[in-house]
Amino acid sequence: MASFQLDIVTPEKTVYSGEIEHFHAPGVDGGFGVLARHQPMLAALGIGRVGFREADGTERTLAISGGFANVSGDGATILAEAAEFGDEIDIERARAARERAQERLDNRTPDVDVERAQAALGRAFMRLRVSGSE
Amino acid sequence: MATLRQLRTRVASITNIQSVTNAMQLVAAARMRRAQEAIAAARPYAQQLDRVLQRLSGMESLSHPLMTERVIDRTALIVLASDRGLCGSFNTNSCRHAFNAMSLDDGIMAVGRKGRSFFRNRNCEILNDYEDVFRDLSFASAITIAEDAVNRFLSGEVDRVMLIYNAFVSVAQQQPVSEQLLPIAPREGEATGVYLFEPSPEVLLETLVPRHVNFQVWRALLESNAGEQAARMRAMDNATKNAGDVIEELTREMNKERQSSITLELMDIIGGAEAVAQ
Repeated sequence: MASFQLDIVTPEKTVYSGEIEHFHAPGVDGGFGVLARHQPMLAALGIGRVGFREADGTERTLAISGGFANVSGDGATILAEAAEFGDEIDIERARAARERAQERLDNRTPDVDVERAQAALGRAFMRLRVSGSE
Repeated sequence: MATLRQLRTRVASITNIQSVTNAMQLVAAARMRRAQEAIAAARPYAQQLDRVLQRLSGMESLSHPLMTERVIDRTALIVLASDRGLCGSFNTNSCRHAFNAMSLDDGIMAVGRKGRSFFRNRNCEILNDYEDVFRDLSFASAITIAEDAVNRFLSGEVDRVMLIYNAFVSVAQQQPVSEQLLPIAPREGEATGVYLFEPSPEVLLETLVPRHVNFQVWRALLESNAGEQAARMRAMDNATKNAGDVIEELTREMNKERQSSITLELMDIIGGAEAVAQ
């Protein structure tokens, strides 16, 4: 199967860089998959799971907190403000974040930013799912 | 003239100072290396984000509230300084640069304790201040600062946000610079060709713009952090050298003092011996 270059970058580091066969990503209007020689594309990503198969057949999954996928002739790049592979996720921290967000949503006071709490809850859920703990 | 004992105590205390400044220099050097690595690690993201922005700027008729110029009544200046001193003229450089550029009713967003006290002493209005951002630098801090700036801009409290920090030119040089953070300056677009946008360019821009602002703040934080460590490293290097000079001088004085006391004692003995011989 034809392979292409994928880079996953965050402001803090390059999370992944390598040859892959395909990847799928959580577009804001629904998930999509990309194979080699895809048409050039710029897509907005939501909070969710990115999965890809490396050229040697290994399947890998990571959680991202929204961003972009930029597909061009010389490969694809995923830009995210945060991206973590399943085995790097701190499960305890994700659980704590989920509980904090849940509590803020349950006991709403006027100064609770509902949108932000919901986004935090979504991120925590996604990280727990990708880490395979729940 | 100081006594021998006084001189000895002074040499001992300056030797202590020297070992402290030397340790601080080594710590700053290690932190600076890490800070430089962080700058390098952010580069791929910067390039990609820039490509996305160019691609979208190529589209006509796109607009965003954060890209709209207004008549400038009031500016907010985000000034990056350090939390701790002993770093030479690092803080004075960025703070003075901001102070000279601001007009009377402009407000300050101070990052770092030293910046806050600089502007408080000069009775400038401080809109907000952030402490301990640099101790454990994470992207989350950049988001907090950027969101604060965006909210002030959107609410109409300020019409422009400037970012003032020391750019890391080299280990020996940090250059105070000011950049416009908001509104985002328009950029030369790139012809898009056959490009698929998912979903619409408008929604993409909506996603991109806040991330772009977050990243500008992040980049400035990284540069300023590397600059701070470099400045501290040089300041401590100078201090260590100066302490060495002072120790040398005091030792010389101490030796002279000891010698003259020996000479005096000898003269006493010789005088005594001669008196006995007569």
